Amino acid sequence: MRVLIPFFTVIVLVLLAFAGVKMANLHFLFGVLIPYAAVVVFILGFIYRVVQWGRSPVPFRIPTTCGQMESLPWIKQSKLENPSTTMGVIGRMLLEVLFFRSLFRNIKTEFREGPKLSYGSDKWLWMAGLAFHWSFLIILIRHLRFFSLNVPFVIKIMESLDSFLQIGVPLLYITDAVILGAVTFLVIRRFWIPQVRYISLAADYFPLFLILGVAVSGILMRYFVKVHIVGVKELAMGLVSFSPAIPEGVGVIFYIHLFLICVLFAYFPFSKLMHMGGVFLSPTRNLANNSRAVRHINPWNYPVHVHTYEEYENDFREKMKKAGLPVEKE
Amino acid sequence: MAKGPIKEELSKLDYTPPATEWMDTPVEFKPGTFCWGAKGKNLQTVEFPNARDWSPAEENWKLPKDWEGTVLEAMADRLSKYRSFKLFMDICVRCGACADKCHFYIGSGDPKNMPVLRAELMRSVYRKYFTTPGKILGRLAGARELTVDVLKEWWYYFFQCTECRRCSVFCPYGIDQAEITMMGREFLNLLGLNTDWISGPVANCYMKGNHLGLEPHAIMNSIEGMIDDIETITGIRINPSFNRKGAEILFVTPSGDLFADPGTFTCMGYMMLFHELGIDYTWSTYASEGGNFGLFTSNEMAKRLNSKIYAEAKRLGVKYIIGGECGHMWRVLQQYMDTWNGPTDFMEVPVSPLTGTRFENAKSTKMIHITEFTADLIKNNKLKLDPSRNDDLVVTYHDSCNTARGMGLMDEPRYIINNVCNKFHEMPEDTIREKTFCCGSGTGLNASENMELRMRGGLPRANAVKYVHEKHGVNMLANICAIDRATLSASMDYWVPGVKVTGVHEMVANALIMTGEKERETNLRGDPLPGKEGK
Repeated sequence: MRVLIPFFTVIVLVLLAFAGVKMANLHFLFGVLIPYAAVVVFILGFIYRVVQWGRSPVPFRIPTTCGQMESLPWIKQSKLENPSTTMGVIGRMLLEVLFFRSLFRNIKTEFREGPKLSYGSDKWLWMAGLAFHWSFLIILIRHLRFFSLNVPFVIKIMESLDSFLQIGVPLLYITDAVILGAVTFLVIRRFWIPQVRYISLAADYFPLFLILGVAVSGILMRYFVKVHIVGVKELAMGLVSFSPAIPEGVGVIFYIHLFLICVLFAYFPFSKLMHMGGVFLSPTRNLANNSRAVRHINPWNYPVHVHTYEEYENDFREKMKKAGLPVEKE
Repeated sequence: MAKGPIKEELSKLDYTPPATEWMDTPVEFKPGTFCWGAKGKNLQTVEFPNARDWSPAEENWKLPKDWEGTVLEAMADRLSKYRSFKLFMDICVRCGACADKCHFYIGSGDPKNMPVLRAELMRSVYRKYFTTPGKILGRLAGARELTVDVLKEWWYYFFQCTECRRCSVFCPYGIDQAEITMMGREFLNLLGLNTDWISGPVANCYMKGNHLGLEPHAIMNSIEGMIDDIETITGIRINPSFNRKGAEILFVTPSGDLFADPGTFTCMGYMMLFHELGIDYTWSTYASEGGNFGLFTSNEMAKRLNSKIYAEAKRLGVKYIIGGECGHMWRVLQQYMDTWNGPTDFMEVPVSPLTGTRFENAKSTKMIHITEFTADLIKNNKLKLDPSRNDDLVVTYHDSCNTARGMGLMDEPRYIINNVCNKFHEMPEDTIREKTFCCGSGTGLNASENMELRMRGGLPRANAVKYVHEKHGVNMLANICAIDRATLSASMDYWVPGVKVTGVHEMVANALIMTGEKERETNLRGDPLPGKEGK
């Protein structure tokens, strides 16, 4: 159920776009209204979620320290793994966000008779994760060519780098192959590793299938089922200039691709995909470890009922005097 | 170990998850894997709700009326107060990187001990009551209702997590199961569902100043006994003071150091060091506990217990505070104390009276770790040391979870160890420093009725010790934590017989050449020093 429902949901989404465009001729709905709606939901939803998180304060300074702290001057501090300054925190966050530093630490625990435990480096998840996220980002940026009249220089460079293997016509983008491989790996490992399968929810499979659908439809469109590319650009330009128009003769595969992307955008703020925003807010990573040097303020710190020294002395005064301890009241 | 869990049974592990989905797999309260329930009188002492005697093994947990409402209300409250909690409920992608990082999972194979799944126990309820997809889609969205069975499952697994934060090191978003366990325990406490081993020390600490419930004269007696031993061994009579106003330094250590071996040897170490240097310090019988079992109860209880340290520093008029060797005590001192009970403008930035070093990294809390203090002394040649007195020891060092991952105090103790003993070997790199393994009995799980759980959780640490024991002949496991000194002794006896446990300052004191001492024949434990065995 946790696999089949998300899988068939994606299939239904594809059929929906197909039927809507091919049979019901709802080009305007799928080409204009839904994309606008999806972008609005994405932006507002994303902001809403981040604001919601932001409204909860950070009462305590709780970085998870992953290296030597700032201490005596002759002890070498691990400035990126245990930062005590804002610059250090920025460095730590950059490593985390751009290169998945924590995932890079991943090790595999092996248990043998004895009992004997051993630990081996396990970088597969890190590699697949990095490959997936980076290729997704590059593909996203590449797509900006559709939204600008003159394709910016940066994007042209990116495109030529991405296709430097010079395979096929049109030229194969490396990122297309990488994202397909990486997402497939991420799906397979969810099935394959018993522990991961055991914890996986429908909400883990659905985005994977959806992104796979987006990638496959996009690849089909570029390399196999050709669409009227000038028409696609016209549509995109119309959308960004707020004068939407539906050009003639853009193939249905384009509408399927677009619809799946719209679903992804609209789904994003309500899903685990929000880790994209959340990672920046994680208090175990984005705080400097300086809470002994600078007092961290808890906005809701409140007075509590304590057992005072006076009460303590009242309880034990005679015993204290007998033991020769100084007391406040004789 | 004659009685207790059977080693063969604990050595066979199966990591295959059960055929039933986890929401359909009921929790089994297996004797030896959980602690006794809190006693009513202890809960009453600290004014906790639903104070009554109860037993987790029994069907009826004597829950208060509308307990579901209490929990959900508290959940809403904490979600609005802790960004960590809210965020960690929302952003997990269940990648599984944390799964085999937990010592309880490694040692038990129980999938609900994978940090991700332990967190899902809570997240599933969060989704049901606090998210739209969870409300609409229910189980398909990974949501479930809060029932008595769910509550029992929470209790079982949130008291099967030592808040060690190892999972958080490996999580790509830094999700920290300790934060979720802390919340889980807060909610359980609102229903009177603590353990005896935690609520007893909490009540003691509240009324008497320390977990063990030592009254003022008992503390003095205990230290008196140590002073006698020190005199026998060194010929020097030291004379510590208690509750003394006007001392320069207040010294606070976990009360475990006052009570049982091998902690007492560490305590003797502190006192010998301070005596030799002529430090102007005082003990306090009111703030006679550095540790804080309140932390394993609720944020508020932790603050209530911790308040005594600053209150006493103020009353006695000390300039700053030195803290002894303890793990979770230092998590509190580093990340909570100043926020709770500061600011401390009545004290001064700690300055070592011997080296003049200003401890800028503690300029706000005014509390330094004894290993920072001692490392600085050694670096500045203020101590006369004879490391060969520790030549019978082949030492390895266990980083405490909290000093490693909640602080980053890693090289100070190593520097000291390397100056006071000649034979030191590190355990494998994936088991030390930020990747260190918990002793298996932290966060108040060091009771005696849950020995199977403790030995299972202690396996990864013990196994790494076993590796250096076999490879280098390591026979001494050094650490800077009172709970370690007690619990690792048990897990070493069980998994790696022949390895003893020591605090760092016990080794310091053995190596320390004191002014006017007689020729020492034995170490602090009364064992003959190397080369003096024949006598």
